[in-house]
Amino acid sequence: MSETWIILGATSSMARAFARKLADDGARLVLAGRDMDDMKRTAADCRAKGSPVAEVVRFDARQPETFGAVIRRAEREDGTINAAVFVGSMPDQSAIDADPSLVDGVITDSFAGPARFLQMLAPIMEARGSGTVVGVGSVAGDRGRIGNYVYGAAKAGFHTYLSGLRNRLTRAGGHVVTVKPGFVDTAMTWGLEGMFLVATPEKVADDILKAVAKRKNVIYTPFFWRWIMLIIRSVPEFIFKKLSV
Amino acid sequence: MRWKKTEYWGWGRALRARGEVARPERASALTTLSAESPAPAIGNLRSYGDAALNDGGRAIDMTRMDRVIGFDPETGIVEVESGVNIGDLGISFAARGWIPPVMPGTGFATIGGCIANDVHGKNHHVVGSFGQHVEEITLLQNGRRKTVSPQRNADLFRATVGGLGQTGLIASAKIRMMPCKGDMMVLTERRIDGWDEFIAALDSARSEYTVGWIDATARGAALGRGILEEGEITSGISPSGGRAREVPFNAPNWALSAPVVRAFNAAYFRRVPAGGRTTVKPITAPFFPLDKIHNWNRLYGKRGFHQFQCVVPIDQSDQLRRMLERIANSGLASPLAVLKRMGNGRAGYMSFPMEGYTLAVDFPNRAAAVLLIAELEQMTADAGGRIYFAKDALAGPDNMREMYPEHDKWLRAVQKADPDGKLATDLVRRLKLRETS
Ligand SMILES: Cc1cc2nc3c(=O)[nH]c(=O)nc-3n(C[C@H](O)[C@H](O)[C@H](O)COP(=O)(O)OP(=O)(O)OC[C@H]3O[C@@H](n4cnc5c(N)ncnc54)[C@H](O)[C@@H]3O)c2cc1C
Ligand SMILES: NC(=O)c1ccc[n+]([C@@H]2O[C@H](COP(=O)([O-])OP(=O)(O)OC[C@H]3O[C@@H](n4cnc5c(N)ncnc54)[C@H](OP(=O)(O)O)[C@@H]3O)[C@@H](O)[C@H]2O)c1
Repeated sequence: MSETWIILGATSSMARAFARKLADDGARLVLAGRDMDDMKRTAADCRAKGSPVAEVVRFDARQPETFGAVIRRAEREDGTINAAVFVGSMPDQSAIDADPSLVDGVITDSFAGPARFLQMLAPIMEARGSGTVVGVGSVAGDRGRIGNYVYGAAKAGFHTYLSGLRNRLTRAGGHVVTVKPGFVDTAMTWGLEGMFLVATPEKVADDILKAVAKRKNVIYTPFFWRWIMLIIRSVPEFIFKKLSV
Repeated sequence: MRWKKTEYWGWGRALRARGEVARPERASALTTLSAESPAPAIGNLRSYGDAALNDGGRAIDMTRMDRVIGFDPETGIVEVESGVNIGDLGISFAARGWIPPVMPGTGFATIGGCIANDVHGKNHHVVGSFGQHVEEITLLQNGRRKTVSPQRNADLFRATVGGLGQTGLIASAKIRMMPCKGDMMVLTERRIDGWDEFIAALDSARSEYTVGWIDATARGAALGRGILEEGEITSGISPSGGRAREVPFNAPNWALSAPVVRAFNAAYFRRVPAGGRTTVKPITAPFFPLDKIHNWNRLYGKRGFHQFQCVVPIDQSDQLRRMLERIANSGLASPLAVLKRMGNGRAGYMSFPMEGYTLAVDFPNRAAAVLLIAELEQMTADAGGRIYFAKDALAGPDNMREMYPEHDKWLRAVQKADPDGKLATDLVRRLKLRETS
């Protein structure tokens, strides 16, 4: 039976790839984000691919008053409601260093906003006794680095939140997948220096779908980032603090 | 929008460019780019030479503008962003009874690339060129949207189709799809023993999709031997095709050396039994025979390769035979070549097709091959034919006005659309296409 997926941050190319794969399987989609014009195009594309329902709803992580409409739209569909969170923002660390007020935005986009949204959704999933939450975090959340530690901290917070949510939803027949991508070839990273082992958004979307089907808890995508991060996490702090990785 | 400093190249990998590339993912970003930093568009870089290169300048990678934005099941008209791959469009619609009426030999060409080169398929003699099935194009000219169609802004439409991206960024287009019975193809292959037989077979072929594979190494009595492939679309749903393979590294130089190619060609020829054969395949197999092997262009090694493609008028088949003779005798081992009869369908001032025969041959990038291609280009001009910009990397400007007699109309429209030459590419500069004669 086809399920309903809420996609938060539907304008990200990772989300686009994920939504299209869901559309191929006939899922109903509620695309949520800020750029309505762009989401309308993705919705049309998903309908052409086989989604019986693909609608767009405005969602801004910094405006909690927009959250309710997204949830209400999804609630109109019967059956299982799932949610995938792709929202996040990563300004240059140097910009944040110059303007500390940027910290709030990063944390709201990558952690606080999505967490508040999921708190609102969780009771509905519990009531329906099913549903999967996919939360896109980042390998950057595994350790604070000089290059992007505010973003990393927001992602770390989100990881911890997801782990608790998993603990909660599991009891009600639901599930939570934490996704930690390495470098992905998207608008966020296009033209940045120092990218390596860059994965396509399609590859990430495939990995997420597999993880959902197998009810994995935490995945790294591509998988080898698990080992890279294992090494990075195991460097003692007294050494790590002097590195610029 | 961030710009990425990068090196990129045409499919033949002989010509390269360095420069900054932007890659918008959404319409608003594309509009901003077009307003603030107009630059030539690049699709999937399946043109062999420098059609999509802008060395030292900027370029806009369109491949992330890749969505179907509307479909009307009543009329079969689909509206797509220009970075959609033609093969993806084919695969996703064929099972529902619609197919792009024209598909080039690679499914990786984008809709923008298909329009800008007014591409042809194996059914050109039946349905004409890609541009003839385009209902409408949305162009971006210095940030302003302009809609062109055969009815509205017809002059600009004709300058855009086959227009090498010089009239503006193609943001999206409406394509009239063709109803089809399914996504399988009944394919009939038969051996052809020599040139005259080939021409006769092409002239009398009645199938919708017809193409000839020529063993360009066969000489003497065997000159022009090959395989005639004819296909018709049929019903049935294809089992999902096998996994794509990759050529992981540059092949050594001997990979395509003369003996290897001769052996390969002979085997390819004999693969089809003497009595011919008929098979049923998923449409992607016969449409895009090489797409299964990603990056097959690496087979030619670091130096890359060239493809020569020309079309000559119907009454010039003898000249074409002489050209094939030159190729076969040159000993410049070239793998399979393609021979096809074209109809007169074309939709733009600078479109390649003309009624006649088209021959396409690959050559490794070597000095002798470069000389041979120059000779072939001249023989084409002498025959009143033309060469194909999508394939060319080597021609000079001299023959172009004669080969493309509507060039002046194109140039007038282009100069109006892009007066400052911001959209000029390496090919356009090499062939002096933006200069008044
Ligand atoms: C294996 C193979 C088989 C082929 N078979 C055929 C065939 O059978 N018939 C045929 O006709 N061709 C054939 N081709 C050539 C190919 O179809 C054309 O070169 C086509 O234009 C490639 O599309 P692309 O998206 O890669 O465009 P590119 O090569 O990236 O660009 C081609 C041109 O289009 C312009 N362009 C691209 N996108 C846009 C846009 N959005 N707006 C404005 N301008 C744009 C570029 O500036 C450039 O001038 C073949 C190529 C290969 C590699
Ligand atoms: N690219 C990588 O290498 C990489 C690596 C690890 C993790 N990630 C994570 O993967 C996710 C997708 O990123 P991406 O690479 O595809 O980059 P992206 O295109 O920048 O995606 C970020 C998404 O978040 C949305 N967003 C940001 N702030 C928002 C807000 N206040 N309200 C609503 N939506 C907001 C953006 O919407 P707008 O279109 O409206 O801006 C966009 O859809 C992000 O969470 C990112 O942190 C990326």
